[in-house]
This record gives sequence, C-alpha cells and structure tokens, in this order.
Amino acid sequence: MRSMLWGQPVRRWQDHLRPNFWDLVAFPLLFGLLTLIIVGAGGMTKPFDLGQPTEISLDPINLPYYALRTVLRMFIALGFSFLFTLVYAAAAAKSRMAEKILIPVLDILQSIPILTFLTITITAWIALFRGSTLGPECAAMFAIFTSQAWNMTFSLYQSLRTVPLDLQEAARMYRLGPWGRFWKLELPHAMPNLIWNMMMSVSGGWFFVVASEAFTAYGQQIVLPGVGSYIAAAIDRQDLRAVGYAVGAMLIVILLYDQLFFRPLLSWSSKFKPASDGSAELDRPWFLTMLQKSGLARAFRLGFAAGGQGWNRTIGVAMQRGLDAVGFGRNGPMDRASIMPRWVERVYDILLIAIVGYVLYRMGNIIRAQINVPEVAHVFYLGFLTAIRVLVLIALATIVWVPVGVYIGLRPKLTRAAQPVVQFMAAFPANLFFPVAVFLIVRYHANTEIWLSPLMILGTQWYILFNVIAGVSSLPQDFKYVSRNLGLSHLIWWRRLIIPAIFPAYITGALTAAGGSWNASIAAELVHWGPTTLTATGIGSYIEIASTDGDAPRLILGTAVLCFYVIVLNRLLWRRLYDFAAERMRLDDV
Amino acid sequence: MADSSLIEVDHVFKTYPVADGERLVLDDLNFRLVPGEIVAVLGKSGSGKSTFLRLVAGLSEPSQGEVRYRGGTVKGPVRGAGMVFQSFALFPWLTVLGNVELGLEALNVPKDERRKRAEAAIDLIGLDGFESAYPKELSGGMRQRVGFARALVINPDILLLDEPFSALDVLTAETLRGDLVDLWQDRKIPTQSILMVSHNIEESVEMADRILVFSSDPGRIRAEIRVPLPRPRDWNSPGFRHIVDQVYTLLTTTPGGAAGKRARGEPGAAQADGAELAIRIPDAPTQQLSALIDTLMEDRYRGRADLPDLAEYQNLSVDDLFVLLDGMQLLGFAHVGGGDVELTPAGKAFSDAEMDDRKRIFAEHLLRNVPLAAHIQKVLHERPNHRAPAARFVGELEDHMSEEWASDTLERIINWGRYAEIFAYDYDTETFRLEEPEEG
Repeated sequence: MRSMLWGQPVRRWQDHLRPNFWDLVAFPLLFGLLTLIIVGAGGMTKPFDLGQPTEISLDPINLPYYALRTVLRMFIALGFSFLFTLVYAAAAAKSRMAEKILIPVLDILQSIPILTFLTITITAWIALFRGSTLGPECAAMFAIFTSQAWNMTFSLYQSLRTVPLDLQEAARMYRLGPWGRFWKLELPHAMPNLIWNMMMSVSGGWFFVVASEAFTAYGQQIVLPGVGSYIAAAIDRQDLRAVGYAVGAMLIVILLYDQLFFRPLLSWSSKFKPASDGSAELDRPWFLTMLQKSGLARAFRLGFAAGGQGWNRTIGVAMQRGLDAVGFGRNGPMDRASIMPRWVERVYDILLIAIVGYVLYRMGNIIRAQINVPEVAHVFYLGFLTAIRVLVLIALATIVWVPVGVYIGLRPKLTRAAQPVVQFMAAFPANLFFPVAVFLIVRYHANTEIWLSPLMILGTQWYILFNVIAGVSSLPQDFKYVSRNLGLSHLIWWRRLIIPAIFPAYITGALTAAGGSWNASIAAELVHWGPTTLTATGIGSYIEIASTDGDAPRLILGTAVLCFYVIVLNRLLWRRLYDFAAERMRLDDV
Repeated sequence: MADSSLIEVDHVFKTYPVADGERLVLDDLNFRLVPGEIVAVLGKSGSGKSTFLRLVAGLSEPSQGEVRYRGGTVKGPVRGAGMVFQSFALFPWLTVLGNVELGLEALNVPKDERRKRAEAAIDLIGLDGFESAYPKELSGGMRQRVGFARALVINPDILLLDEPFSALDVLTAETLRGDLVDLWQDRKIPTQSILMVSHNIEESVEMADRILVFSSDPGRIRAEIRVPLPRPRDWNSPGFRHIVDQVYTLLTTTPGGAAGKRARGEPGAAQADGAELAIRIPDAPTQQLSALIDTLMEDRYRGRADLPDLAEYQNLSVDDLFVLLDGMQLLGFAHVGGGDVELTPAGKAFSDAEMDDRKRIFAEHLLRNVPLAAHIQKVLHERPNHRAPAARFVGELEDHMSEEWASDTLERIINWGRYAEIFAYDYDTETFRLEEPEEG
C-alpha cells in the first residue's frame, strides 16, 4: 500500500534523513566546497588601487588558491548569465515589441569579441567599486559573462517558442497563469537544451577566464590572482616549467568541473525529455548518484523544496498579481489577436530605426574624427586576412577530424570512450598552450603569419570532431546494413552515405568552431614570450593593440569590422549551409 | 430552462484570416449541453470539430456569437471543465502524482489536501502504485489514465474529451472507455456531462446519448442523432447497428458531396476564377486508393459495399475511410450515398486495368475533375520552357485558403499528378515541369 505512505509525509521525511553510504562522501565534499567558497570570496574584496601591482608568485604551492579564484569567477559569472538568460529570453519570447529589438541586439552582441567588452567596461567597473578589487573582478566576470550569456539566451528563446501546443493548452486548461506556466512548463521544456548550451558555454568560458585575469587596458596592467595571471607571470619571466604547472592545475580543475558539474547536470537534464531520444546514453555519473541518494543531500533537497513552496506562495503569487495588473491576463484564450493596434507598431518601428540611425551616426563621428578613410579600408583588409585564416583553418580541421570522427563514430565502444575525452579537450583553455607555441616559433624562427594561425583553432577544432562523432553514431544501423548489402565501394559509401548523413551535425560543429576562432584570433594573433612579442597581421592583433592602448575609436572600428565579417559570413555561408542541411539531410523524415 | 444548461453555444462563427480576407471554419453553431448527458461530435477531418471543442473549453474565442458556461460568457479557460487530449499532453518532467496535482496546485489547494485528492483520483482511475512513475515509463493506456486523473481531480462539472482514445490500441481503448462510462454512470465522479470529439463512429454510438454530426468546409452541425439504447451497449445488437448505419448515411449524404462542394466554391470567398481551383483535395494516397478500389471489386462486394462493413473489413478508421471515399468521389471513381459506396464504370475499368492503363485512366479523370490539376498542366503547356515555380500556384491558392491548407493542397496535387504522370515536380527547385523530358 504505497499510497498510504504518501498520505503520511512525516514518516517519509525521517526515511529521507537516515544516513547511508553516500553520506560518507557527501559530507566532506559539500562542507569542503562551502569552505572553499568562503576563502575564495574573501580575496575578491581586498583593497585595490589602479596602478598598484598585484604580485603573482610562481611558487606552485599557490596554484590551488589561484585555481580556486579562477573557478569562483567562472561560477559567479555563470550564475549571472543564467539570471540574464531567464529575463532576456522570456521577455523576447513573450512580447513582440521586445522581441523586435532584443533578438537583433543579441545577434550583434554574440559576434562582438569578448576582449572588446572587457576593454570598454573596465573603467566603469573600477569607478563603480573604487578602491576595491571588486572592480577588476567584476570586469573579468563580465567578460566571462559575455562569453556565455548570449548563447544560453538564444537557446532558451528558441525553446520557449517551441513548447508543444497540447502542453500549452493543458497548462491553460488547468489554469496556470503566465508566471506558473513559465516555471512549470516553459522552463522545464527548455531545460535539456539550456543545460547543454550552458555546459558548452562554460567549456568555452575557461578560455576567457584565463584571458581576462591578466590584461592591459588604457596602458594599465590589471592582474587578478588566478591561473590566467599565473601563466601570464610565467610568460613574463620566461618560465616554461611554471607554464607546465599551470597546465597541470587547469587539467585538475577541468577534470573536477567535468565530474562534479558537467556530467551530473547533463544526466539530470535528461529527465526533462519526453522520451529517450536515442542520443548516447551515458552511465549515471557517480556525483549525481551521490546527490540523489545520500541522506544529507536529500535533506538539502527537501529543504530546497520547502523553500520553493514558500517562494511560490509569496513571490510567485505576488508576481502573478503583478502580471495580472499590467494586463498579462491570467485566463485569456490562446488565439487572441495582437492587442496592439497597427499604428502603434509602426510608430515603434520608426522609433527603433531612428535610435539605431542616431547611434550609428555618433559612432561614425567618433571614428571619423581620428581615423581617415584609407585606414578604414585597411581595417577591412585586416578583417579579410583573418577571415581567410579562419576559413583555411576550418578546412584543415575538417580534413583532419572528419575521418577520425567517422572512424570513432562507427565504433560504439570507442565512441563511449572518446566522447568525454573530446568534451574535455574542448573545455581546456587553449591559451595555456600559447607560450609553448611561441617558444617553438622563436626557437625555429618560423613565420609568424602562418604559424600563429593554428592557435586560433587550437581550442575550437574539437567542436568539429565532437559533432562528427555524434552524427555518425546516430546513423541508423539499417543504413550500415544496406550499404554492406549493396556492396558499396569506399568512395560511394563516403559520397552517398557518410557525407550527407553527417552534414547537419558537421555544419553545426564548424559554425561553432568558426565563431570561437574569430574570438580566439584576438588572443592568438598577438602573443608574448618575455620581452618578445609575435604579431600576425589581422583584425585580431589590430583590436588587441587598440585595446592595450585604450584607443577607443580604433577599438570600436576594429570591433565593428570584425562583427561585420562574422555576421556576413554567418548569413551568407553558415546559415545557408545550415538551412540546406536541416531541410535536405534530416534522417528523421525518411 | 436555459438555467439548467451547462454549456450554451449561441450563433457561434469562427473564421481564420487568409490572404484574401477570411476563411470560415465554423458556421453558425448552436448547441446546448445539459446535465446528465454524454454528447459526441463526429465529422470528417476539416469539419472544425476540434476547433468547436476549444471554443467550448475557452481556449479559443468565437469570431462572432457567444459561448456561455452556466449562463456566464466564456472569456477564457472554463473553470469546472476538465480536458483530456488525444496526445495525452502530460508534462514529461513531472511524475504521475505531479501531473495529477498540477491542476490543484494552480488553484492554490493546500499541499495536504492536494495530495489526498490526487491520491483519490489516481485510485479511482486505476493507477495505484504508479504515483512515482514518469510518463515516459508508462504505456499509452496508462498515460491516458493519467490524463483522465488530471482532468477528474479538479472535480469538473464537464469533461471535454478531444479524441482521447484514438492514440490507443483497440483493446486498451475499449477498457478505458468502459471504465469511464461506468464511473460516470455510477456517479463516482462529480462530472455531470461529457462532450467528446471522436472520429470513431462505433465509439460514439457506444458512449453518447446524442451524436452531433458535423459537415465540412465550413463546419456546421448537420444533424443530431439520439442514442436511446441502455448501457452497457452491445456493438452487435440490431439497435446499435441501426444507429451506426444511420450515422454513416448522414456522413455520406452531405448536401452536394464533391460536386456540390465545387459548385459552392470556397465558402466566404468571392466566386472568382481562383475560387474554383481552391477545392479541398483529400489526403488520399494513390496506393491506398487503388487498394480500396480493388477491394470493392472483390467477390465480397462486387462493386458495392456497405460502409460500416467495409470499414470493419479493411480495419479503417472513419477518418481514413472517408478521406479515401472523398478521393474516389472527386475523381469520379465511385458514388457514395446512403451509407453505401458504389464504383462507377470508370472505377471498375480502373480496377480491371494494368499498371500503365491505370495511370492513363487516373490522369484522364484527374484532369477532368480537378480544376487545379488541369490548371497546372495548362500553365506548363503555355510556358515556352514548360516550367513553372510552385510559388505561383501557392499564391493563387492562398487567396482562398490558409497558408497551411494551400501547401497541403499543393502537396496532394503533386502526389496525384506524379502518379498520373501529367507533370513532374522538382523538390530542390520547387518547380513544376511537363512530364515529357527535354530530349523530346
């Protein structure tokens, strides 16, 4: 009589609290985490003055503390990214007026390089928290935020717009208001994609957390204790061994992130899927098992659930009332036509265009005052050079990784083994390896224009491999049988089966890799080793120099040109390939 | 008298915007649901029966007229109505218990009471022991039981059922149907009346006190049939069979049939040239059409069949059967009426022919009876390169149809046209061309 138990929650409660084996692991782990957070957060609010040098010790004993600071920065940024995502995506999905402005803005924000955000906002952050380390800390976290938030927001926005109609109807029939629908229907529906995107964003974020800890803006060297600044110091002092320590420390950090965060969250998010979708089922991560089974964690969860109830009763009811008050009717029919009269929308459109025009005009003025037309043309030329680099590198990575990916993807055992490794590689901040490359280039007097380029794709090539493996492994078994049955030759097998079959997944991977490479170009086209500086001609180094000098007009120009290239390439190349792949090469429609 | 109605539908019209104005989907509906009855709504696809249910539920708004629940105008989802969906519409991230509690949660029922009531509903519907299961762990039948528990837990006056059994296999559907009627008849649930949309005639006759038969394009209430049989009802009893026949007869003698529809043109649209093109082409695949025509020529039927018998023999749902009958009728291969179908001489000739002749006969009838097919062929002949983009025809159709409907129509004419080899269609470039290849 199970139902009797449900009727008596008190007895169940005690069951939940009974300690078990998993508590032996959970107890030290959870309290250890808590202690670490307190220690790390303490360092963030120390006094700080612009120009005051922060001493970074290369003694490896300090590395754990530095790593802790780096990790903390990452997770605080992630928290804000998540909040931003909820508000921004919900607004864009719910209001047509908001959507019109929010989505194009997001599109542009997404193509702006992270470093530009950092440079533009650093003075504001320092002014905001005058005399405290919190200023530069916030600037760094903001940079990380910008590397995560846009992607997550797009994912949530898209999911919010694809909630199945029958579930929407059921939610309305059972009288969930807009507030309740968001938390009970729309957000859970979006969860699997959102979490996947979040984890991918964090993976990409390690690169920027490292880059944003030691940087120069407006001629000022800003250093925040962390793995990134440790490695910057190592580069300054040409200490290759210290670089090795930093790489080792980061390896451990990423491994922990992978085990304690990435895997458990992904596994947990599968509960929101309507049914198993055939994607490679991974073993349940041990950390998730622990969280779900240990008595301590259960107590936390029950407390959390009770907190959620309280939240619903107070904030939830208040928010619902608020939404009712501003006219988000609780009980409207679903097909009520847009409430805004046409002319209001027209006026709104004109207003938007006017604002955009004015901003462009002002920006043009700033740039025109200091930069002449030939330089603008030159910057476009620089952008072209970087574009060539990106495309050539993607092509090279394709030639290397597609065969490897197909080989792995065809073998289920190998796939299971390789997938976590590749995910791990994608998360590892590639800029930690830059010093090694510089060291080699200097030693062998290699051509910087050519040999600095691979750095751009060092961290992003894995997306191609990753997606190709996923594409091949989801190929229905029957296709493999058919090709064997028909006795397809190797060439035909590639041309008629494998390439079309992996194309959609490959395009997604290549698109991600290209986007990441543009961003990485800023770090990769200009690198240091002690007093030596190596430069490759391109838009990345142009932006980096402008940023270091605090040259706002050139920074804006460089960024605008880079955005231009990214958006044009996305629209003309990637988007079309993507649509083509989505329309023609879907396997679920045959 | 009016006070005793649960639901009143008063001169309700529903239109959807199309390029050229509006398309009427529901035309002047009047209906009352009184306590203590089960009403089933039957109609071919396109009769707007689902839209009708959503209007009653308050999920959709009438373009004109009024829906009232207990005398008050319906302006949003109706309190006191529980709805069950064809696709179950369970939240995959909630357990059975969580799904059932959902409606109570939104009503701010305190937690203890919520659990007690959800438990009771789960027990009632026979889901004991599955409280902590996620929907994906359950079979279709069990999932729909959760759907019913979720609807019943809020103690609804009326249950609104949107083809709740059509996604289930025959046996499961029968059991669930029986359980529901028993609960309702024995007053174990506070629900007074049930309004159900169905595409299964026998199912409707088994359950309902009244059956509303809808006609299509636009949806109208064409007739109402009372079912005065005592429950439980035996599918094979003469009374039961008689009513089933009656429904079939009504469904097949829609005023006009295919020919009448064409003469009427698109409702609500002006009788322009394009209107004639914009007739609804049934989604009848050529392979199934051929197979049904062959079946009708078997010794069992010899060219003429009683529809209930045919449906049972071929194991076809009403929707599937009527789509095929509409197709045969439109092409002039059969006459449908009085609950019977009879092949025309052309239909018999088609059945006797070999593959190539079949195609020739099909092409001939397609061009003669479907203006859109003739129109496309004519345009292709007139053009020097014998090609025409699909967009051209979609545009013409959209003047009189919704976008979705226009693209459906085009897709169906492409299928028929390809089979008939009167034109070819290139998917990549979205162009029509004449079948004779360039070499000619």
